[in-house]
Amino acid sequence: MAMVDEPLYPIAVLIDELKNEDIQLRLNSIRRLSTIARALGEDRTRKELIPFLSENNDDDDEVLLAMAEELGVFVPYVGGVEHSNILLPPLETLCTVEETCVRDKAVESLGRIGGQMREQDLVDYFIPLVKRLAAGEWFTARVSSCGLFHIAYPSAPETIKTELRTIYNQLCQDDMPMVRRSAASNLGKFAATVEAAHLKTEVMSIFEDLTQDDQDSVRLLAVEGCAALGKLLEPQDCVAHILPVIVNFSQDKSWRVRYMVANQLYELCEAVGPEATRSDLVPAYVRLLRDNEAEVRIAAAGKVTKFCRILDPELAIQQILPFVKELSTDSSQHVRSALASVIMGMAPVLGKDATIEQLLPIFLSLLKDEFPDVRLNIISKLDQVNQVIGIDLLSQSLLPAIVELAEDRHWRVRLAIIEYIPLLASQLGVGFFDDKLGSLCMQWLNDKVYSIRDAAANNVKRLAEEFGPDWAMQHIVPQVLDMINNPHYLYRMTILHAISLLAPVMGSEITCSKLLPVVITASKDRVPNIKFNVAKVLQSLIPIVDQSVVEKMIRPCLVELSEDPDVDVRSFATQALQSSDVMMSS
Amino acid sequence: MNGGDEVVAAPGGPPLALDWKFSQVFGERTAGEEVQEVDIISAIEFDKTGDHLATGDRGGRVVLFERTDTKEHGGSRRDLERMDYSINRHPEFRYKTEFQSHEPEFDYLKSLEIEEKINKIRWCQTANGALFLLSTNDKTIKFWKVQEKKVKKISEMNVDPSKTVGIGNVASSSNLSSPKTHLANGGCSSFSSLSNDISFPPEGYPSLRLPQVTSHETSLVARCRRVYAHAHDYHINSISNNSDGETFISADDLRINLWNLEISNQSFNIVDVKPANMEDLTEVITSAEFHPTHCNTLAYSSSRGSIRLIDLRQSALCDSHAKLFEEQEAPGARSFFTEIIASISDIKFAKDGRYILSRDYMTLKLWDINMDSGPVTTFQVHEYLRPKLCDLYENDSIFDKFECCLSGDGLRVATGSYSNLFRVFGCGTGSTETTTLEASKNPMRRQVQTPSRPSRSLSSSITRVVRRGAESPGVDANGNCFDFTTKLLHLAWHPTENSIACAAANSLYMYYA
Repeated sequence: MAMVDEPLYPIAVLIDELKNEDIQLRLNSIRRLSTIARALGEDRTRKELIPFLSENNDDDDEVLLAMAEELGVFVPYVGGVEHSNILLPPLETLCTVEETCVRDKAVESLGRIGGQMREQDLVDYFIPLVKRLAAGEWFTARVSSCGLFHIAYPSAPETIKTELRTIYNQLCQDDMPMVRRSAASNLGKFAATVEAAHLKTEVMSIFEDLTQDDQDSVRLLAVEGCAALGKLLEPQDCVAHILPVIVNFSQDKSWRVRYMVANQLYELCEAVGPEATRSDLVPAYVRLLRDNEAEVRIAAAGKVTKFCRILDPELAIQQILPFVKELSTDSSQHVRSALASVIMGMAPVLGKDATIEQLLPIFLSLLKDEFPDVRLNIISKLDQVNQVIGIDLLSQSLLPAIVELAEDRHWRVRLAIIEYIPLLASQLGVGFFDDKLGSLCMQWLNDKVYSIRDAAANNVKRLAEEFGPDWAMQHIVPQVLDMINNPHYLYRMTILHAISLLAPVMGSEITCSKLLPVVITASKDRVPNIKFNVAKVLQSLIPIVDQSVVEKMIRPCLVELSEDPDVDVRSFATQALQSSDVMMSS
Repeated sequence: MNGGDEVVAAPGGPPLALDWKFSQVFGERTAGEEVQEVDIISAIEFDKTGDHLATGDRGGRVVLFERTDTKEHGGSRRDLERMDYSINRHPEFRYKTEFQSHEPEFDYLKSLEIEEKINKIRWCQTANGALFLLSTNDKTIKFWKVQEKKVKKISEMNVDPSKTVGIGNVASSSNLSSPKTHLANGGCSSFSSLSNDISFPPEGYPSLRLPQVTSHETSLVARCRRVYAHAHDYHINSISNNSDGETFISADDLRINLWNLEISNQSFNIVDVKPANMEDLTEVITSAEFHPTHCNTLAYSSSRGSIRLIDLRQSALCDSHAKLFEEQEAPGARSFFTEIIASISDIKFAKDGRYILSRDYMTLKLWDINMDSGPVTTFQVHEYLRPKLCDLYENDSIFDKFECCLSGDGLRVATGSYSNLFRVFGCGTGSTETTTLEASKNPMRRQVQTPSRPSRSLSSSITRVVRRGAESPGVDANGNCFDFTTKLLHLAWHPTENSIACAAANSLYMYYA
């Protein structure tokens, strides 16, 4: 056993712990691999550390994942780009492990290194690696290889390019669906590097094979590739080759395929140009909006704004809007909810007239939806509507919806609406807020559910910030302070919490004159929980108020509490007193 | 069992009846030995290649066996020669490893004990020489990886372990059984002082060494990779892998969920037969299986004797079936037990996916998925028990869940019965093969060749005669034919060869033909 110098000791331990039996320590060492490499120097990193890592590859997945990630940025530590090929062997092994996330990370790191490698090194080292993986005995290696072709292909000589295309074609027909899925999902990236001549012939035939695969999961990924491929092709080729496929897919027997089409369709519009969009894609999209399967309608509804943005407004109003109206009364609440979350974005696309005439009724009906999520989705995007239809119209329809949500029997719904209140307040202005929403905010402070009371206290603070201390003094503080007399101690505790939040916003003067006396009174409460919370609140008030106030009001009260019969009260009071001592001495 | 009617095989009949021989037994009971409840086998499954066999037991353990007779023949001449010498060549397995898959748990919310008993095992795709399998008890499915790991010894280090007590014992072996003496996070504190901008000489420090790893023995390690929990309100009765290699289903009494193997915190409900009001409940799901090649087709059976085929492409929630397979009950044949014995306890797709085999209490039925008017063939498993249904009901045996299996070529089917008997039927066209075997070292001891071709309308008088004749001599002498405690519930057919593994209580018997 060699001994090392004192200053190197930490690094020595770090290196030793590469093989510790505690996984946390191994993980820690791997994360500091760059430190180890620098301590060893470039030469020994190449000759010893990297081979060491290549050999020790049957570790736990967490360690392998970290190793795959570190190696991706290891080029500087092995002596720069000219030595980068030294990093390939350990990553190649990591590309074959069973755990998907490790493989993905290794592929990502290989891609990163390959992107920096010199052209000749790519040919000498990287391309053979890709070929080895593609011919791997286990499917794991072949799955990984698919994600590396787009790195290898551009620098390959002509003959090897042909070979690589052939290999990719074989991968697309692999026995294992996992390999075909990987080939399908990487096809777009690979196609982007292939020359136009081959793109139209070989890549398109690969694509067509994938679109007819037995496995739904493979075809699904082929749909995803549609848009990427479409962008690579000339519009007329896209119309000739991709369009029929996607139109076919939009009527596929499998709802999952149609679901993917609904998600991807808008991306294809640009690739095929306006003419084909009008004649083929719009009808396909409308079919998806009216699909039998709710999941498909959800996906289609979620993309309605994006789709309409690409279209001519006229076309959108004529062809799409009628079906959007249908969706707003869809039998599935999730469809309506998806629609509600995007429909606001249609307003700027359609312009003011069409919005008021066509969109507003849809929007109002969604706002009255029986399902709270739908209403919440509308309310959360309110700013966009406000701009288009104006506050008066909005407030008429909005208020009942908000009040209803505020009193919803599911506390999560109430919580969600509370979180929107400051936003609403800022959009609707003081006047509207005072009339309608003020009392709701107070009501929440007395909610049965703790999370709601907690959120309500926060809400009060945010309102004070929004409208300023003067407004708060008039509209919030008196009502809040009133509630300190609630007979139930849990509600009194909420008020104490609200006070501690309000104090910094209200400033020293109001805190001293209004808030502090209430807290001091509460220190006489019969419930110890209130008393030690008073101690905590007082501690938080110390930095806000003047020194003299601390001396005159806060400290005497704390001293009294520090002699309380209850141990917790004494403890928190003493703690507060100590912190006030620290404040004074500094 | 059939009196003087000893037909060995229908002469000239298309496929010859198989001559079953005893191959192996694991965990054989010695005379008088009492079976421990936890040792009783509750699941058997061959992997796709037939090179591995897994069993699960009531104690939550999974035991793996590997085939020994094909292991070496990687083309070596001697092995090829030996292959010509085909006598005695049949699958032979040896114990590989075992691991504790499930532990007894307690659901505090529902005040329910969750048994550790393994309900089902399914093999997943092998990768890198590691074996993967899913095992489930009533509530929780687990994904296991079984792999050879190198046992490493670290021989050289920078810091003498004896002097590093304060830092953490850099122990010398990755799986040394020495007590863990190192301090938690002991080592970490020392490099917090090692900031990243520390400067190193470009040539590094020559005194630092990487740990040297020496010994290279291997040992089998089973690791639980994922736990799919909290998705079933009722007891899981089946799990089944999809042919896409990335998804599987799990079925309980009322619902079927779809999972991605890599995602354990999310599953999709694809079938839900739970009525709004539980009082309206008329049937439960008893078993479910994916089609062997069509990724979008699955079948599930119910307690009312129907099999439903589902097309996953149709809808996200497949409450409406694509096809329904049911046998119309004969009018007037209804009795108190009709519904109970109609309940299907197991279904299996044949390898090609065209046929489904189902087992209910009294029969095996083979269905063609292109013919939903009725089963292609019905095999009577233990018709002689029909008069005893009342007794069977009294002692709850009538609710026993027998499994069934098909041979790889789809020409034969097998299922278990009482007294540790199991029966093999030929289902090829014109086959009359019917064999009864006992799970013991001498399987043919009670061989029966029932002459009557299983048919849908068994004329009762004739069968009774046959049955009477069958039951009286050999069986009663043996004394345990009506022993309903020795039942053979679980069995599996090797995917490529004529070999059956079956469980008699805690013993695993294997036969070949």
